Amino acid sequence: MVSDEDVLAALRLMKLSRAFDSKGASLQRQGKFGTFSQVGGQEASVVGSAWALDPARDWIVPQYRELPALLRHGYPLAHFIRYFQGNPAGGAIPDGVRMMPIQISIAAQLPQAVGLAWGLRLQRQDAVVLVYFGDGASSEGDFHEACNLAGLVRAPVVFFLQNNGWAISTPRRKQSAGATLAERASAYGFPGEQVNGNDLFAVYAATAKAVARARAGEGPTLIESLTHRVGPHNTADDPTRYVDPADVERWRAADPIARVERYLCERDPAHRARIDAFEPEIADEIERALVDASSGAGVHAGQVYEHVYADPPARLRRQRDAHARGDR
Amino acid sequence: MAEMTMVQAIRAALDEALADDPRVMVFGEDVGALGGVFRATDGLLAKYGESRVVDMPLAEASIVGAALGLAVSGMRPVAEIQFLGFAHQAFHQVGQQVARMRFRSQGRCAVPLVLRAAFGGGVRTPELHSDAFEAFYAHSPGLKVVMPATAYDAKGLLAAAIDDPDPVLFCEPLRGYRLVKDDVPDEPYRVPFGALRVARDGSDVTLVAWSAAVQLAERAADALAADGISAEVIDLRTLVPLDVDGLSRAVARTGRCVVVHEAPLTGGFGAEIVATLVESVFYDLHAPIQRVASPDAPYPLAGVEEFYLPSVDDVVRAARRTLAAA
Repeated sequence: MVSDEDVLAALRLMKLSRAFDSKGASLQRQGKFGTFSQVGGQEASVVGSAWALDPARDWIVPQYRELPALLRHGYPLAHFIRYFQGNPAGGAIPDGVRMMPIQISIAAQLPQAVGLAWGLRLQRQDAVVLVYFGDGASSEGDFHEACNLAGLVRAPVVFFLQNNGWAISTPRRKQSAGATLAERASAYGFPGEQVNGNDLFAVYAATAKAVARARAGEGPTLIESLTHRVGPHNTADDPTRYVDPADVERWRAADPIARVERYLCERDPAHRARIDAFEPEIADEIERALVDASSGAGVHAGQVYEHVYADPPARLRRQRDAHARGDR
Repeated sequence: MAEMTMVQAIRAALDEALADDPRVMVFGEDVGALGGVFRATDGLLAKYGESRVVDMPLAEASIVGAALGLAVSGMRPVAEIQFLGFAHQAFHQVGQQVARMRFRSQGRCAVPLVLRAAFGGGVRTPELHSDAFEAFYAHSPGLKVVMPATAYDAKGLLAAAIDDPDPVLFCEPLRGYRLVKDDVPDEPYRVPFGALRVARDGSDVTLVAWSAAVQLAERAADALAADGISAEVIDLRTLVPLDVDGLSRAVARTGRCVVVHEAPLTGGFGAEIVATLVESVFYDLHAPIQRVASPDAPYPLAGVEEFYLPSVDDVVRAARRTLAAA
């Protein structure tokens, strides 16, 4: 991420993410969208880390709050919309897009990411796996089991821990008595470091270093990206019950998007016009994705039975066929 | 063709798969130098090396989770869970992740993997080793559940499991590992899923079982034969997929049925068998279907397991009840 063009592209993605946060929340309130988790406040953490990956060879194993990383990796916004509209078709990942499905069960993706990275390495593919998770997930057994295994097999994996301070309403200080979460890496035999997750460049640099290390066969890295979840956990959450409004003001002041804009405009005031032009482009892009998402077959009963097995067993076929006849 | 024990047949299937397909990996706790606590992987480390036969850290969830990721990467992992009772420590990865990854990704992230697990009682293992928890897994759509009873089937079903495009839980009866011996072809072969085996022909009553309970049912059939009662023994081989048609045809023919399993009665897979038969062949039944199972109590310490597990006499009595009905 050296050229201004790169930074502009990253900023545009951060702004798209922010705009989609608002759009999604608004649709959710209208009953047109399911419960979903906004990225707000974590855009530098998500985009800076994803920017260190090569979508043509590297994999992302997401949690559920990393929309702009998935978009950069090639997952279509329309699929994300379908997923949160409750359409199983949204779970489809186009061929060539190297990501696993959005993960809802906290930390379950971590040992999977290690297995994926290990397997790619055994097949001599030049690929790195970056797995996202949060401070809450770092308390799960799967986190520790995954780190332990990754260290042992020197899996080319980057554990990208977004410490946004909260697991729903549980603050970081109630997750662990450890001074940092990054320091756990040393117990598993690989490096761990904290990074300012609201600094796009710092996140990018730390992740690029970890990716290079993994690619060189030197094994995993744990990055603890310190950031803020400015909004609620998801659209069903009420953070006024547990967050001090003064904190929210402080987090807003550390806004990662404003920071990148300031950087770019200080480098070249002419960037202002480019940045201003993003807004209508982004609004248009989101509208087009919403139209795309509502085109096509829509939901139908057959989806309940599809993709359970490669070839459905006789019993499941009968259930499906009876349903189709209206004779369930 | 050679007579083999079940554990030898399993080893033969693993050996063939490793030899045939460089994507196949065998891993789990103590599968390397030790050859597994039951020696199912004996000699494989020396033959295939430590990148393909891997001793894993003692952590069941990451064994299963890593198997999932390895499968997504293009490998064909065959993971050993030392005892099914310990798979509780990985259940979220099995039931929630492995079983539904194909579904959640709309087919993109298929996970062709095999989880081998020793299970079941009768060999005086320490606490928490012996449970027959197959019903949990049969209740996890997306997963296939395979329960061989013979050495021949163990080899052929394991080969089929490794080929299968979907995740398979392959349960190996502790009691059968060395006790069960039969003829096993030297060459590779597959036993298809969803096709039950008639372990013994009979015309008066059908005994339905799987895994080690098949031998129990066969011994009960011997005892019944001594009294002139002809008992058919059905070995389901796979619970998922279930051979509903074969099962229904068999029970419709005799009109009497006893389902035998080691798991506790309530919620055991026997309940599914009975419900299925009631739906499909109710009017062919001459007597209420009977179940012989362990009691609704935790698997006990070894000193009392003979009181806990179903016995030959239990099966014989249940069969007689079906015959006594008017």
